[in-house]
Amino acid sequence: MNTKNKNLYRFLVGLADDSVILSHRLSEWCSNGPYLEEDIALSNVALDYIGRARMFYQYAVEIEGKGRTEDDIAYFRNEREYTNLLVHELPINDFAFTMVRQYFLDVFYCLYLEKLTASSDSTVAAIASKAIKESRYHLKRSEPWIEQLSQGTEESKRRVQLALDELVNFVGELFVMDDWEKELLSSAIAVDRTELQSEWDHQVQTFLSTSGMSFDDSQVQIRGGRNGIHTEHLGHLLSEMQFLQRSNPGLNW
Amino acid sequence: MSEQKENINQEHLAVYEVFVRSNRGLDHKHVGSLHAESPEHALMYARDCYLRRSEGVSVWVVKASDITASQEDDIANFVDPMDDKPYRHATHYVLPDNVSNM
Amino acid sequence: MQSVDNAAEQIEFDRRIVEEQKIEPSDWMPEDYRKNLIRQMSQHAHSEVIGMQPEGNWITRAPSLRRKAVLLSKVQDEAGHGLYLYSATESLGVSRSELIEALQTGVAKYASIFNYPTLTWADVGAIGWLVDGAAIVNQISLQRTSYGPYARAMIRICKEESFHQRQGYEIMYELAHGSPEQKAMAQDAMNRNWWPALMMFGPHDSDSAHSGRSMQWKIKRVSNDDLRQKFIDQTVPQIEVLGLEMPDPEIKWNEEKGQYDSGEINWEEFYQVINGSGPCNYQRLKHHKKAHQDGEWVREAVRAYSEKQQTKKENVA
Repeated sequence: MNTKNKNLYRFLVGLADDSVILSHRLSEWCSNGPYLEEDIALSNVALDYIGRARMFYQYAVEIEGKGRTEDDIAYFRNEREYTNLLVHELPINDFAFTMVRQYFLDVFYCLYLEKLTASSDSTVAAIASKAIKESRYHLKRSEPWIEQLSQGTEESKRRVQLALDELVNFVGELFVMDDWEKELLSSAIAVDRTELQSEWDHQVQTFLSTSGMSFDDSQVQIRGGRNGIHTEHLGHLLSEMQFLQRSNPGLNW
Repeated sequence: MSEQKENINQEHLAVYEVFVRSNRGLDHKHVGSLHAESPEHALMYARDCYLRRSEGVSVWVVKASDITASQEDDIANFVDPMDDKPYRHATHYVLPDNVSNM
Repeated sequence: MQSVDNAAEQIEFDRRIVEEQKIEPSDWMPEDYRKNLIRQMSQHAHSEVIGMQPEGNWITRAPSLRRKAVLLSKVQDEAGHGLYLYSATESLGVSRSELIEALQTGVAKYASIFNYPTLTWADVGAIGWLVDGAAIVNQISLQRTSYGPYARAMIRICKEESFHQRQGYEIMYELAHGSPEQKAMAQDAMNRNWWPALMMFGPHDSDSAHSGRSMQWKIKRVSNDDLRQKFIDQTVPQIEVLGLEMPDPEIKWNEEKGQYDSGEINWEEFYQVINGSGPCNYQRLKHHKKAHQDGEWVREAVRAYSEKQQTKKENVA
């Protein structure tokens, strides 16, 4: 691979890792939702993210050109090789945590993917065009949920606040550019994440304040996902996800 | 759908009846019901629960309690009087054999 | 509800049944018909919902991204089918929370098959193929059931389920043609799931407590034994294609009858599992109750929020 393709490969795998890890977390809700309709709806969100992950992985292996498959990448890399941003890997905790994270990510992806639809790489742009419709719908779901939970009972409000307090440390990483992403920015393939932060902040803060919640993201932000420095949660997720492939390598399933 | 459902709220959520237009040009058709906290949520759940395979191009949700339905014990008076007007149907009229396309 | 005054309605109801007309929610119906329907439909709904668990057990461990997407969408469909069936049952004047309570207190039953564990990935294949296969045989016959909402739910469910059985068979085929370990895994899962799948059709017709009246009312359209035989006849050739050994040594083509002979089900085990002593009975209900309890504060918040909104509206008005 030339340098440009190496950068593109890393970029695509990073986006795919974000999606596959989040979809894994969301899929944990299946049969555990607060009621049947919500169970079904959450599975749909999880399915959207699996689909997104597969599109990015498939394009990544195509760029790599070694004849590997999406599953080779998803199932045969360890914690240090996974490059998802940390916010995606945090456990689902309770429904409030899951929905607050989803809301944060939905606002982010609506902004990010919108820009990415203008990528000079037509495949990346096409994936973004498909994905942004999903994220817009996800946001239509998550926003009212945050409003309801924030203004529901004392208990639900407390849980939303706990989620905000934990997640506040992990959202900053969404707006950081890594070296290869900067390189791709110069050829208009990638998106400048740093430019999205003020709009994201504005949207989230405005919305949360109307729901009577507050959120201070000015503190130090935890980083490391793109360089394979994760929370301890990822290892457990991967050992569960990969065990069958790892214990019987080279077989078709 | 049923009038018996009207007053039943499960887990404090209301019952909504779901109607789907499967293709442009067709009627909305009743497909089932679901529970939701508001009409807006009902619409979203209808999408997630009843359109997983792109079964429709348009959805209506109606709060079950807002539906006024004909009453079965009065159904004879309600529909039977309509049953004695065969002249409203085309088959009532006998045309000469050599007339077609009518 | 039912009294001597209902004689005219009873005649009308019987006429509808004889003439193959559907009974709709607002029609008069004998109380026993209603009870029988609620029992059967809610059991069916609970089976879909509890049935999410054994397969859900493998969603986070599915061996490829495609398999994971397929399995998640399949289990999600089961939730959807539970929803359709609860919705149809509610049309009989019983609420979903009452139905759930009946499930959680053990008053209502669900299909015993789901009290068996999914030990290996091959169980996911075997369930899709055999359990969904058996369910489809039953559900196709129920598309003609006499209660309108039930029949319509069945039509919708059958349409969606055609992919469930195929994805299961595809998994079995891949394993049966894979490594010796994979083939052994497939054989083992089939052997374990075969008998419970046959049990899904219920006791022999001669021992079935509810069958007679259900058939009379056309709630049930084909008898337990006939459906079971149909399933065996269509499944045996599929086992041959997989190249696996028969799970029952007594399976043999009977030229005279034009169907397969097979061994006798272990009915002791059948009743034992129905009565709560299967490997996973306790786990399944515990899981369901926990999810329900964990969701309580969410439902409570939704209620509080909508009450506040209502108050706001009233204050404005």
